[in-house]
Amino acid sequence: MTGISILRGGPLSLLQDRGRFGRADLGLSPGGPMDPVAAELANALLGNDASATLIEASFGGLELRADAALQLVVTGAELPLELNGEPCALWSVLNLAPGDVLRLHHPTRGCRNYLAVRGGFTVAPSFGSTATVLREGIGGICGKALQAGDRLEVGSAMPIERRWLPPDRRPLYPRRLTLRVVLGYQHRAFSEEALQGMFSSEYKISPRSDRMGYRLEGPAVPCKIDGVLSEGIAPGAIQIPADGQPIVLLRDRQTIGGYPKIGSALSQDCSQLTQLRPGDTVNLAPIPLRAARRALALARVVDDARRFEALGP
Amino acid sequence: MPEDPQIEVAGEASLIVYLGGDSSPEVSAGVQALALALRERLADLLEDLIPSYASVLVLFDPLRTDHDKISAIVRECCAELGSFTPDSGSLVEVPVYYAPESGADIEALGERSGLGWRGVAELHASIEYRVYAVGFAPGFAYLGEVDERIAAPRLATPRKRVPQGAVAIADRQTAVYPSPSPGGWNLIGRSPMCMFDASRKDPMPVRVGDRVRFVPIDRSRYQALGGTL
Repeated sequence: MTGISILRGGPLSLLQDRGRFGRADLGLSPGGPMDPVAAELANALLGNDASATLIEASFGGLELRADAALQLVVTGAELPLELNGEPCALWSVLNLAPGDVLRLHHPTRGCRNYLAVRGGFTVAPSFGSTATVLREGIGGICGKALQAGDRLEVGSAMPIERRWLPPDRRPLYPRRLTLRVVLGYQHRAFSEEALQGMFSSEYKISPRSDRMGYRLEGPAVPCKIDGVLSEGIAPGAIQIPADGQPIVLLRDRQTIGGYPKIGSALSQDCSQLTQLRPGDTVNLAPIPLRAARRALALARVVDDARRFEALGP
Repeated sequence: MPEDPQIEVAGEASLIVYLGGDSSPEVSAGVQALALALRERLADLLEDLIPSYASVLVLFDPLRTDHDKISAIVRECCAELGSFTPDSGSLVEVPVYYAPESGADIEALGERSGLGWRGVAELHASIEYRVYAVGFAPGFAYLGEVDERIAAPRLATPRKRVPQGAVAIADRQTAVYPSPSPGGWNLIGRSPMCMFDASRKDPMPVRVGDRVRFVPIDRSRYQALGGTL
């Protein structure tokens, strides 16, 4: 048996690849890692293909046993990580022997971790992707979250040299964030005062946030219209329902919807947002499209540099 | 097809094209034609394309193209498509067992409309609907338009669980729930037809642009076709 056994699934551990794209015609959400930056680095450290299937563990609590010798990396939120009861390092290739037990405790900063194995997990894709979307019951193992007793096969691959990502290259997970927003969609249906109010207020992450969307709690944003004819929802789109509390739509978002939208948050900020926990603070800031595109290009350079570092010489 | 569609930024790597402010078979046909043309023209620059009632959301690869270039291509496609009318889509017949025992709200709709529950069923099955959009859940097809007399607003309190196959009305839209889910639509019957099967190569019996006709069946036929109550 070349693989791992899940001993404890934790609050929410899901198999993910990059996501299920191009199937909105069937109403399928993209799914995929909430924090693709940390997910990609996990695969890069192991020399895996960027689309290799890994585990996204939200709020820690995952425990697994290696059933064969394998190499493994955990990236993302800061948390105590234990190998056979001894502390071990995140962002670093770990060599596990058969019977070794790895345990993720509860995150102290951030909330999502990515656990990848050399060779990737072998999972049969649905609609071209292994990404688990619980609401749809699609992807992963029968569309479900990982639980005790699940066994995962690992793809065969030559072992690689141990390597790690230096601490100064790792993403930081602060407890507050400025979410930069490209105005778009129905932004003209919001008054100047409404927009200014939103951009000068602080919002808290609601406990009702999930992989579908992060709900922000704070001053209501009034809108001149109740809704629109249902239309496609972009990643990071910020919709304003009747109660005026913004919702940032993320990986498991519905493909179409009819609430007014003010525009969309930058993808790199959404990655960071998904590491925030209920009660953490967000403020929103408008960014012109050109600046957003420059920020995107710059983020790619930073990501590439990290990946290069992770890949080693 | 409007020659000069309204194009709005949706996000850093997406824009949305509006072909009209209201849903109509003509606008919907335009959406379909534009979606088809853009899939062909943009090919691998596309990350996804989400057509809906009167709009097409275009998600593209931001490292290889930008909003200006995509907008230009959208305008070109609209100009080229000018008078293009796509074929009317295939006609799909969906069997429905209309009854109070299979549609918890059909009696209320019958009372409200004065048609009685049988009248509601008859009217619902008398119209050929168009698939305007797919979304909300895998395989959930929004069909329009329901006769005004039996149009009904969503329930004030959505049900926690609507069964698979439930046929329902919300405003002037109607749909068949492809899988059990929470829902606030008015239930008028159930269909034994599978609206989404992930194991099939073609998971959905209908696509945007197709036409749907509901065919009333009785209890025993419903059960013979695999329907449960």
